[in-house]
Formats: sequence, C-alpha cells, structure tokens
Amino acid sequence: MNNQVLKISLNGLHKRFGEKIVLDDVNLDVMPGESMVIIGGSGSGKSVTLKCILGLLTPNSGSIKIDGQEMVGIAADDRKKVLNKFGMLFQGAALFDSLPVWENVAFGLLAQRLHSRDEAKEIAIEKLRRVGLSPDVAKLSPAELSGGMQKRVGLARAIAANPEIIFFDEPTTGLDPIMSDVINELIVECVKDVGATALTITHDMSSVRKIADNVSMIYHGNMIWTGPKDKIDQSGSEYIDQFINGKAEGPIKMEILKG
Amino acid sequence: MTFLAVIGRVVISFLRAAGRIGLFAVNAVKNIFLPPFYPRELFRQMMNIGYYSLPVVGLTTLFTGAALAVNIYEGSARFNAESTLPTIVVIGIVRELGPTLCGLIVAGRVSASMAAELGTMRVTEQIDALTTLSTDPFKYLIAPRILATVIMMPFMLVLVADTIGVLGGYLLATAKLGFNSGNYIKSTVDFLEAIDVMASMTKAAVFGFFISLMGCYHGFNTRGGAQGVGISTTNAVVSACIMILLSNYIVTEMFFSS
Repeated sequence: MNNQVLKISLNGLHKRFGEKIVLDDVNLDVMPGESMVIIGGSGSGKSVTLKCILGLLTPNSGSIKIDGQEMVGIAADDRKKVLNKFGMLFQGAALFDSLPVWENVAFGLLAQRLHSRDEAKEIAIEKLRRVGLSPDVAKLSPAELSGGMQKRVGLARAIAANPEIIFFDEPTTGLDPIMSDVINELIVECVKDVGATALTITHDMSSVRKIADNVSMIYHGNMIWTGPKDKIDQSGSEYIDQFINGKAEGPIKMEILKG
Repeated sequence: MTFLAVIGRVVISFLRAAGRIGLFAVNAVKNIFLPPFYPRELFRQMMNIGYYSLPVVGLTTLFTGAALAVNIYEGSARFNAESTLPTIVVIGIVRELGPTLCGLIVAGRVSASMAAELGTMRVTEQIDALTTLSTDPFKYLIAPRILATVIMMPFMLVLVADTIGVLGGYLLATAKLGFNSGNYIKSTVDFLEAIDVMASMTKAAVFGFFISLMGCYHGFNTRGGAQGVGISTTNAVVSACIMILLSNYIVTEMFFSS
C-alpha cells in the first residue's frame, strides 16, 4: 500500500497495563473510504486499540498515523483538530444524561462553534430523521429511550458533523437480532452517505458480514489475520475458523483454559 | 523491617495520592481561566449547588442558631451574663458554625452528587465521548463545577446560613427567653465586625473549593462499575469533610490568632 494515502496506519503498537501486555505488536492499515472491522474475543485488545487511536490511552510504543500525521506524542491542540475528523458510536451509546436528545446529537457541532444553536438543532433533527427517529424524539431525555433508540441517537451523533472517520464500538451489543440488523443497515447507509472511512470492533459475525469491506482479527494483542470479508471463510487459520463459527473446541478455548 | 516497609508504603501511597490531587487541582484551576468557557454549564451548576442547597442549609442553621442560644443562655446564667447571648450567638454562627455546618452539609449533598454523576459518566464512557467530540472534559465538566461552588458557597449559601443561624438565635431569645427585640438586634449589629464576615466568606470559598475538588477528583477517576461509583462517592464526602475541618482550623488561625 502507498503510505501517503492511508487514512489510518498503526505500526508496532504496544500497550501494557502494569505487567499485563494488552497490545503486543499491532499493525493495521485502513484506506480512505474502507470499512475495516476488527474482530476478536473479549479482552483481546480491540477496545484498547480504538482508545489508543483516539488518544484516550497512550501506547507504550509504536506509531499511529491519521492521514499521515503522527498521533503519538502530538500536542493537545493538534490532537483536537485531528479529533474533529472523527465520529464515534460507543458500545452503550454514551449519551449525556443531562442533555436532551437533540443536544446530544448536536454536541460536536456546538463544541466546534461552527453553528448557532438553532442551526445545530435543525441539523440534529435532520440526522435523527436519517437514523429513523421522528423529530418528537429530539426533546426527550436519553433515559426515556429504549436501547435500540439510544444506539440510533448515538449513530446520529457520530455522523452529525459529517466526519471523515467513524468508529463503531460493538454497535450491536445488547440488541435483539432484528434491531441489530437495523443498526447494521443504518451504519452501512450512513457511512456511505457521508463518505467516511469506518473502523468497527465487534464479535458479532452478522455485523462483520454486513458492514465490513476488510476484516482483521486480533488475538493476544496481535493482528493474526487481515483480509477481505469474502475470504474470511477460507482464511486457513484455525483461530479464525473457531471464532467465526463460534466453536467451543479449538485453539482459543484451549489456551484460555491453560491460562 | 516489615513494619518499616508497611509505614513506607503508606507514606508513599499518601504522597502519590496528594500529588495526583494536586496536579488535578492545578489543571482544574488553569482551565477555569482558559477558553472555551461554558456559561450554560456554569449556570446549571450554580443553580444546582447554590439554589437547591438553600432549604437544607437554611433549616440546619436555623435550628442550630436556636440550640446555640439555649446553650449559651443556660451557660451564661451561671455567671449572670445572659446579656452576652446575642454577641456570642452572632460570633459563634458567623465565625464558626455557619460556614462549617454549611460546608459539611454541602459536602454531603454536592460532593457526593458530583462524584456519583462524574463516576457514572466515567464508567458509561460519557467522558470518553466528550473527548471524541472535541471537548476537553476538564473545561466542560470540572472547571464549571469548581467555579460554581467557589462562587455560590460564600456569596449565597454561607451568607444565608449566617443570617438564618443568627435569626434562629434571635427568634428563640425573643420568643422564649424574654429578650427585647430591639436590644437583641442592636447587640448583634454592634458586636459583629467586618473581619468576622470576611473570615466566614473566606472559609466558605475555601470549603467550596475542597468540596468540588474532592467530588470531581474522585468522580473523574472512578474505576469499575456501580461499586466503583459507590466507593468514589464515599471517598469524595469523607475527604471533603476532612479537608473542611482541616482548612477551617488553618483559616481561623490566619484570621484570629493573636
């Protein structure tokens, strides 16, 4: 790949908490407009990878580049500028309880101070409509919404500022299969709408098959396989076969038992 | 040797915690003065901390003022010095009981509330979400809370606490102990000095700083789930109360030590 055009590039990323090594040597390249999905079991380092890219955690070593710009050790003001390119849907939606739905959606727009409150509200209502929620929802509190509706609001917030890169952290966790499919469809449509690069972490294989262009599997802090979604069933890796088929027997289970 | 090691570990652990809180405080104060500012959030916190604490602060100091009047009356009667009651009530309330009681009540109400709110925001990733939305959590969450508490404690809560505390003593003295209303008020006003009020308001501002600092620090650094939020809330209230009592002595020494 040509390094100049990579949207996200991770090289030799290493992160430990005390003695516990969570990311050992993570390497990952994501092209502009690509939808990359990282799969892996609980505790494999998926969320830590995302948090390192966003600067919520600082890696012990390695490089993180966004549009070719090094993010490790970057000044706070420069990081803020780069973060303006991002939208993120959190696992539990992470909506702000103290604000009504529309202010949650418009939060990033208001933070960047590019729009008046009235304009931001209009955009928020439009984004809510885009994710299938009526304008009546705008004035409700997040606590009044169901889990599926909260995810939709989280998605509306993620796309509100038309970001260049969107992260999805376990987007279907805790949802019923039908709502999961609805959210997956919305993710695909919204990412296409805004022309964003998407990075998703999940262990839901139906999400992988719906959302991904390329898939990467993380195991014990290493990316053990990366390739197109269509090739995942013929990866030739026992680890991936076990994971995607959800088998109890296999190398992952055996190693957990040994641990 | 083992005993010394235990002492060493405790001392190091204490110094580490003090250092972390110190850095947190410096960062918080710095962000009060650096843009962007969030006036809506500041106003919301001022209402929550000041206005909504008024009933409990008022009730507590009203009854404390009355109880203080009864105690002073009974005690001073032994020396035929009942006439000193208004003076002792006003000095006791304004210098000591008003700000200290108000501080402890607000620590229970506000410090716990801040720790629980920020702790829940931490464990539900709302603070991470703020960062991803180009918003510095220190500027949006911490600075308005600390500024609001430091403003509302002296300029609303302790002024009200002092006034209602003195009123409690006045009502008890005039209604039950037979004091003349005009004489009581004259004694109160004559013996109250500007330095008493200044000390009261200084204490209030210092207490307000520690109340919000402890609530924010423990909430912001919450780990784990519901249990972590519970631990943070308890730690916030306990440490705020300790800091109030400690700083109360220091400020009193600063103002009144001869």
